[in-house]
Amino acid sequence: MSAPQSPLFGSVADVAERLASVGYLASTAVATTVFLADRLGKPLLVEGPAGVGKTELAKSVAAATGAGLVRLQCYEGIDEARALYEWNHAKQLLRITAGQGRESWDDTRDDVFSEEFLLPRPLLTAIRRTEPTVLLVDEMDKADVEVEGLLLEVLSDFQVTVPEMGTITASRRPFALLTSNSTRELSEALKRRCLFLYLDFPDADLERRIVLSRVPELTESLVDALVRTVRVLRGLELRKAPSVAETIDWGRTLLALGLDTLDDDTVRATLGVVLKHRSDAAAAAAELRLN
Amino acid sequence: MSIGSEHGLPGHLVEFVTALRRHGVSVGPGETVDAARVLGALDLIHREHVREGLAAALLRRSGQRQVFDTLFELYFPAALGAGSAEVEVPRVDDAADGPVDVDALRDILADLLRDGDTAALAELARAVVDALGRSGAAGTGVRGAGGQPSWSAYQALRVLSPETLLARILDELRAGGAEEDAFSDEVRRREIRDRIAAFRKMITDEVRRRTAEQRGRDQVARTAVPKQAEQVEFLSAHAEQLAQLRRTVHPLARRLASRLAVRRRHARRGTLDMRRTLRRSMSTGGVPMRPAYRKRRPGRPELVVLCDVSGSVAGFSHFTLLLVQALREQFSKVRVFAFVERADEVTHLFDPGAELSGVMQRVLREADLVAFDGHSDYGGSFGTFAEHWGDAVTSKTSLLVLGDARTNYRDPNLTVLGRLVGRARHAHWLNPEPRRQWGTGDSAALRYAGVLPMHECRTAAQLADVVEGLLPV
Repeated sequence: MSAPQSPLFGSVADVAERLASVGYLASTAVATTVFLADRLGKPLLVEGPAGVGKTELAKSVAAATGAGLVRLQCYEGIDEARALYEWNHAKQLLRITAGQGRESWDDTRDDVFSEEFLLPRPLLTAIRRTEPTVLLVDEMDKADVEVEGLLLEVLSDFQVTVPEMGTITASRRPFALLTSNSTRELSEALKRRCLFLYLDFPDADLERRIVLSRVPELTESLVDALVRTVRVLRGLELRKAPSVAETIDWGRTLLALGLDTLDDDTVRATLGVVLKHRSDAAAAAAELRLN
Repeated sequence: MSIGSEHGLPGHLVEFVTALRRHGVSVGPGETVDAARVLGALDLIHREHVREGLAAALLRRSGQRQVFDTLFELYFPAALGAGSAEVEVPRVDDAADGPVDVDALRDILADLLRDGDTAALAELARAVVDALGRSGAAGTGVRGAGGQPSWSAYQALRVLSPETLLARILDELRAGGAEEDAFSDEVRRREIRDRIAAFRKMITDEVRRRTAEQRGRDQVARTAVPKQAEQVEFLSAHAEQLAQLRRTVHPLARRLASRLAVRRRHARRGTLDMRRTLRRSMSTGGVPMRPAYRKRRPGRPELVVLCDVSGSVAGFSHFTLLLVQALREQFSKVRVFAFVERADEVTHLFDPGAELSGVMQRVLREADLVAFDGHSDYGGSFGTFAEHWGDAVTSKTSLLVLGDARTNYRDPNLTVLGRLVGRARHAHWLNPEPRRQWGTGDSAALRYAGVLPMHECRTAAQLADVVEGLLPV
């Protein structure tokens, strides 16, 4: 492993403060795990419902530390060539044709498998960067199980092995952050290499501050009513509980409509913003006596 | 903090990890080492940082958090003994150690619940448990003084009965000029109810902590820690656990569906279609250059679910029906029949988009299930089902029976069930009872198991495994 590098953050409080300065209000759990991930040099696996700010966290860490963000968006069928590196075949062919008859086979072979013909993909890019880097592997659960195997080497040792060139080790360890919506269980091997953070809905006070910082035009009393109502909605048995993103959207909607109180007429008219399933809206209306 | 371990902090950590393992949280030595590094990197003065740090290093799944928190409270307690209580518990006649003045105490509690002051509620819970344990309440005659103080959550909650404060708090809020409409009222009611539930939990946690001090941590850790949701047994779960479980249905269904997709993809590989390969080879002069593979068309069977909805197994049936409902894309058609003494079709209650949280009550209310005394009668139910809806089971049907097979010593009617099973393409029975109880007492499980394969589904985790195995590839 490379020489010890200076940590990004000084203390847990420092994490919270610097994340807040770029507009991300972190709970104790978030601040502590980000601090530890940085200190212990381990990747951070963030799980949780959609819309609680998992991807946002990576962006904010990058912004707060002035690091570059390298993002690997996972999807079904993503493979080595998309995640790690690829050889530029077309260019290799050109090179071989150009050198025909003038060079020996050995020279050509050594040359076409060199740096110049390598197309780095996000993982390799993150490893080779010398500036501070945040590596975001987004929606890990969408990728196939085989990709997890690929990540193991990258995440535990921060190195990539290219058979033709040897092993490339990170000169500066990136801050790695993986997110998952838990549509499937990630493998134990991968989880063991990471610190685990379950990012749940924030508590009432934090959510209030988040909404206020995102939609500062709202009055405090309206935000309070919004947050209280959303928390009650989360307590119902719904197919999709509203998350922070929905609370913020709701706030924006009320603002756009010029409404400044949250009474039953308003809620009835705008419930569609927070509840995306028709059956959920019907259930909530019945339970909360909106009819 | 005093640490009663002979190896200091590392030893204490290992004991904590051992307790976690005993409760089904699998923690490897690697994670323990990580946890130790976490303790090294953090400032131990901040208890919440230590809690979140250890959770990050030791846990791998969100469902483990409740167990972790309970054990954390026991192994890293916030205070020892009564702690430095800042809330005074009112006493009768203001005597220092006199019995607790319950009415005055309830006034304080009502105020705190109304304002939603969590920190003060926690303080109050601590003080109340201490005072009631030592001095008892006025008029109850329960006094721990003199002998050992006795901590009891049951006693504290019965004396305080926080639930009965709900109406009063709501009245006070209304009098205080809060909005009057039905919606705001309902939101407030639910809010206060959540606070009361949180307060109950504070009392229970506090009692657990004090008991642990008195009787030893390990003993309390062994018995008084709640189970992870997916390991709760259906038959012994209480309403709150079942509600919590039902919230996990959709994530679970999504997980099953995506695992199934992977299995289908893998199953498609490899089988060569000779006829199409040869046909293709014609264009390359008889050399099979491009092999053709057989396409699998995933069969989407019709599903007929027959479920016992009598009291004892209702929780299990509800959960399983929700799961089936969430997985309905895997089937071309789902029909649901409920039974207690007789069977009736309830498919319409499970239509896509239907409201499912109170569905079991509707099943019991709207369907014709009871003939006689309301105890389950498996034989009679199979009989009515075969008589009225027997044609629902065809050679394309997968038949699923849910129930504990406790027939109340009535005729199990094996012939009719055998005939249905013979006609169906697949048939399975999911039984929420532990396997060792099958066939005991009035259980006809073993006799039914001779007719169709029966699977033990005591917990949500077990059910998920069984259902995954049954889904068509």
